[in-house]
Amino acid sequence: MSALVIAGLDKSFGGLRVTSAVNLAVEPGERRLIIGPNGAGKTTLFNLIAGELKPDRGSISLFGRDLTRMASRRRAHMGLSRTYQIITLFPRDTLLHNVLLSLLGLSGWRWNPVMRLDRQRALVAAAEAALGRVGLAHLAARPLAETSYGERRRVEIAMALAQNPKLLLLDEPFAGLSVDERRDVQKLLGDIPRDVTIVMIEHDMDVALEFAERISVMHFGEVIVEGNRAEVVADPRVKEIYLGE
Amino acid sequence: MSLWGILAVNSVTFGGLLFLLSAGFSLIFGLMRIPNLTHGSMFMLGGYVGSSLYLTYHLPFWLAALCAAAVVAAFGGVIERLLLRRLAGSTLAQVLVTLGISLIVADFCLMIWTGDPISVATPPALAGGTREFGIFFTTYRIAVILVACVVAALLWALLDKTRLGAMIRAGVDDPQMARVVGIRVSRLFTIVFCLGAGLAGFGGFIGAPILSVYPGLDSDMLPLALVVVILGGIGSLTGSLLGSFIIGFVYNFGQALVPELAYFVLFLPMVLVLVLRPQGLFGRLAP
Amino acid sequence: MSARILALALALAALAAVPWWVPGDYYISVSSQILIYAVFALGLNVLVGYAGLVSLGHAGLFGVAAYATASALAAGFGHAGAILFALAATLAGTAVFAALALRAAGIVFLMITLALGQILWGLAYRWISITNGDNGVPVASRPAPLGFALDVPAHFYYATLAVFLLALASCYVFIHSPFGVSLKGTRDQPRRMNALGYHVWLIRFYTFLFSGFLTGVAGILFVYYTQFISPQTLALTSSAEVLLMVISGGTGTLLGPIAGAALVVIVKNIASAYIERWNMLLGVIFVAIVVFMPEGLVPGSVRLAQWALRAIRPAASARKAGTS
Repeated sequence: MSALVIAGLDKSFGGLRVTSAVNLAVEPGERRLIIGPNGAGKTTLFNLIAGELKPDRGSISLFGRDLTRMASRRRAHMGLSRTYQIITLFPRDTLLHNVLLSLLGLSGWRWNPVMRLDRQRALVAAAEAALGRVGLAHLAARPLAETSYGERRRVEIAMALAQNPKLLLLDEPFAGLSVDERRDVQKLLGDIPRDVTIVMIEHDMDVALEFAERISVMHFGEVIVEGNRAEVVADPRVKEIYLGE
Repeated sequence: MSLWGILAVNSVTFGGLLFLLSAGFSLIFGLMRIPNLTHGSMFMLGGYVGSSLYLTYHLPFWLAALCAAAVVAAFGGVIERLLLRRLAGSTLAQVLVTLGISLIVADFCLMIWTGDPISVATPPALAGGTREFGIFFTTYRIAVILVACVVAALLWALLDKTRLGAMIRAGVDDPQMARVVGIRVSRLFTIVFCLGAGLAGFGGFIGAPILSVYPGLDSDMLPLALVVVILGGIGSLTGSLLGSFIIGFVYNFGQALVPELAYFVLFLPMVLVLVLRPQGLFGRLAP
Repeated sequence: MSARILALALALAALAAVPWWVPGDYYISVSSQILIYAVFALGLNVLVGYAGLVSLGHAGLFGVAAYATASALAAGFGHAGAILFALAATLAGTAVFAALALRAAGIVFLMITLALGQILWGLAYRWISITNGDNGVPVASRPAPLGFALDVPAHFYYATLAVFLLALASCYVFIHSPFGVSLKGTRDQPRRMNALGYHVWLIRFYTFLFSGFLTGVAGILFVYYTQFISPQTLALTSSAEVLLMVISGGTGTLLGPIAGAALVVIVKNIASAYIERWNMLLGVIFVAIVVFMPEGLVPGSVRLAQWALRAIRPAASARKAGTS
């Protein structure tokens, strides 16, 4: 059973077709990269998979479970986590608090109006562990606003991983990072076990090509080319898209 | 028959006054994205200032109306430049400031003009009326309707035919893009705010022979402006015009037919529109 | 931590001793009024400060509770029955408010709540057969729980104080609970919260109900305090006043609404004896706070105090360096 199957996905805004008959199948544990020029519809595809947008046509299924009509908040419960191009976390709160919110999202405790959250040792310990996974346990009490961009990106990944996702969507995780920070995130992603399937959108070719096993190239909302690294790099259509003819 | 006739005439007249009130409100909301909660106070202030000019200083009626409009427009300009501009970027803060100012203006009016309602007699030139189709039309009410139509035509010409109007329409449609294209949006804000205030002040005085001027007029009129604009569409002049007349009818007939539920009949459509179709019947922009 | 507990204990003692150190029955009544509006402001702040949803219609819900109590009493119900009826009616009204207003956020939410508040005011004003219109509905007597007659201002004050402390405690628990934390999350990043698996609409809905409940409690206290309810209580200016209390005190804090309520009630009741234009003063204070101290009096005062301390400390350490 494939981890993610997208069949015939269409989305238009008014007259503009942003997603055009997209078919995609990602295998469990795979590292899939989605590339394409700006405006190709990559983030829109992520928004459709995550449920923030409803498709006009087509279907999306996660490990055989049809997600197409499912509310986006429920997809998190089905094992889907994502990060965003622009980091939108909680700047006034500590790193620990940010991760706690992530853990709480899937927990039944989130409806409890009487418990004291910061006294729940198990949750707090799990949050600290999640921060440890990304090497930020020492900054647990630091407000997010006082951390660097690279650290925030790692917190975001920690939050996504804290929900034990089956499918992780990463939207340009390397954007805006320094060389060192890029290395840290690269290592982080490399350490993620194979029970998490990863689909990544990226512009940074060097890092991305190293990471990817299969690559889907998008242009004008369609998947133009799909294959492994060698196949995609050699494909004349890819050259045309990026260099123009 | 004549009761319906009278109600109909009153509705159209009230609609005309509502248009003077809400056209400015709609433009301000459309361009600056804030519901100006001082708008009712501006209407009332115009009524008070105009009344003083007309009754105490014996200015001719229409001159008093124009001066009242000018005074309220100037007041609007001061608010916009001194306070609203400081809070640019936070629409909530701007809305709250307009709320605070409405409290100040209300008490200021109470201080200067005391609590007694001021009734302004119809100007002698427009007193009396005619009888047509079995209905008695007071000349003044016809005059108000005509004035409202003239103002509507002038506003339409301003928006459609002038460069300023084009800039306003651009600002309503897409403020960021307007800035990029080089339109001095902040100056536009001041102009539109003054224009809206002036219209409201004007309406407040020429409405005085019909509604009189009293403490609480601001609280009575503001919600109506809101209903008209929400129904008609934020930033849409056509919507304000049609909405004003619709609400004029609903308000008057509602008071006459179902007095207990008059407000309900008025506000329920507004709530429904906000919930189901926030851009109103004619507006293109969702707040 | 112990300094805070000490401050809290002192405050509690001061509140409990009000009938002794406050000069006369009139001021005891004003103190009760402050506490009643503090409960109202706490209720509104749950929505404004913690959910990030600004309502201009809460006076409508406040009025529903007051009218329901007065009407039930007039219909022959006992106090307990009237209070339960009022709470139920307020919750029902709140549910309707929430279902309609939560279709949107931001300015549209504000306008829907404004309109709904106006509808309730209009009903109170016009539906004379039920509400007696402008004449209002009187409340003949206050309850006497366990023989403790609340007609005496000091007694009524203690009853109000007890309710206020319960309301404050419930807010404290709520804010620090997982639900409260997730609520603040929806205020700051609703889209992210949705992606994390939270049901943002439902969180806001339950919060609205809690806010309405506290507002209802305040409304019931109010109608027993004034022993009268009229449509003016539901006017837009009343909703504006309680919003002023929340904004001026500081949203997103527990003490803010209390400070704001005290400020507004004191200006209205006590300053009004010395300053004729106290309404204008309220408006000026409102505008000044929104423009100059938008975070409100409580956080703003804390900020000022910290700045003042920092200004004093360098002088102190310079003196120290000079002597050694």
